[in-house]
Amino acid sequence: MQNSETFQNGRPMPVNSSFELFAWLFMRLSGILLLLLAIGHLVIMHLINSIDTIDYQFVVNRWKTPFWRSYDGLMLFLALLHGLNGLRTILDDYLRPGAWRIFWLSIMYATGFILLFVGFLTLFTFQPK
Amino acid sequence: MIQVHLKIQRYNPEKDSKPYFKDYAVECEPTDRVLDALLAVKGTLDGSLTLRKSCAHGVCGSDGMRINGRNMLACKVLIKNVSQPIVVEPLKGFKIVKDLVVDMKQFFEKYVAVKPYLINQETSPEKERLQSQKQQERFEDTTKCILCACCTTACPSFWSDPNYVGPASIVQAHRFIFDSRDQGGEERLNLLNQREGVWRCRTIFNCVEACPREINITRAIGEIKRDLLFKKI
Ligand code: SF4
Ligand code: SF4
Ligand code: FES
Repeated sequence: MQNSETFQNGRPMPVNSSFELFAWLFMRLSGILLLLLAIGHLVIMHLINSIDTIDYQFVVNRWKTPFWRSYDGLMLFLALLHGLNGLRTILDDYLRPGAWRIFWLSIMYATGFILLFVGFLTLFTFQPK
Repeated sequence: MIQVHLKIQRYNPEKDSKPYFKDYAVECEPTDRVLDALLAVKGTLDGSLTLRKSCAHGVCGSDGMRINGRNMLACKVLIKNVSQPIVVEPLKGFKIVKDLVVDMKQFFEKYVAVKPYLINQETSPEKERLQSQKQQERFEDTTKCILCACCTTACPSFWSDPNYVGPASIVQAHRFIFDSRDQGGEERLNLLNQREGVWRCRTIFNCVEACPREINITRAIGEIKRDLLFKKI
């Protein structure tokens, strides 16, 4: 039950960090923002345009403006971190402290940050042919 | 008098390898409490049945247990209000000492950890420290806690992480954090601003359902979260 952290009165030592507070706040704020961004995305991609007309050329036109690159970048950033933090919470809830938790958390962070990196790389370096 | 059927979880660590259920039938009035039925079992059928109780009037908080799958005080629930057979188990998430008695050592360590006493460095006034009615109402709800542990042992976050400080201790911290006479608020907020503190709470509301004193626990936890938000950012 007790892991390697230092204990005080049988409790984990308090750490002087507000990380969990910021994570909690981030989840709420990113949730609200994502709702707006995702609805906007949905309306443009599926209601105004149909998926039949969305092709390479469509993306090229869209990404000519920094606005849409930022829009997509923001959505990528928020959605990935929101999802990662949600997963972190679930792993914390379902796995006891120990090797397995560290293993799955590492896989999660690695996959998440690789996806984030690849996404931003595409966003910033994309040049139409 | 009616026949009351009970299914009680028994466990004697000196003899049994694991807990098991045993059926009992006793005569009781429908308006008796479940505690009366348990005491009838102990008094007339099996003296080895072990449970904790003291006041028998919902004041001391010693007979919290799981009755038909829900945490409650055995002395506060009438037989006619629960379906039979009445399934009685110890509180979940603590080590069982014997039958319905659980080891509450860690529970009280967490209680002590949030400093549940007045912290005020000023010299005490001649008489009492005055407080307006409004200032008192701020923490009135959380003064009602009797430390029965029904909330903490109904909390899935606690089941999955025994280090979680738990709703009962947060309620106790709330009682002092929002008391205008107390000056230890920041200290306690720092203790709760932890992964194993209020941020472990997932707002599941099990604690509110379990609390025999009808304390709005999740709201108290929410107030502490909000206080942290405004003080730390
Ligand atoms: S509201 Fe929080 S403390 Fe209460 S049962 Fe749910 S997770 Fe536990
Ligand atoms: S908050 Fe309610 S359920 Fe929890 S220990 Fe106090 S009285 Fe019991
Ligand atoms: S025996 Fe005291 S609360 Fe039930």
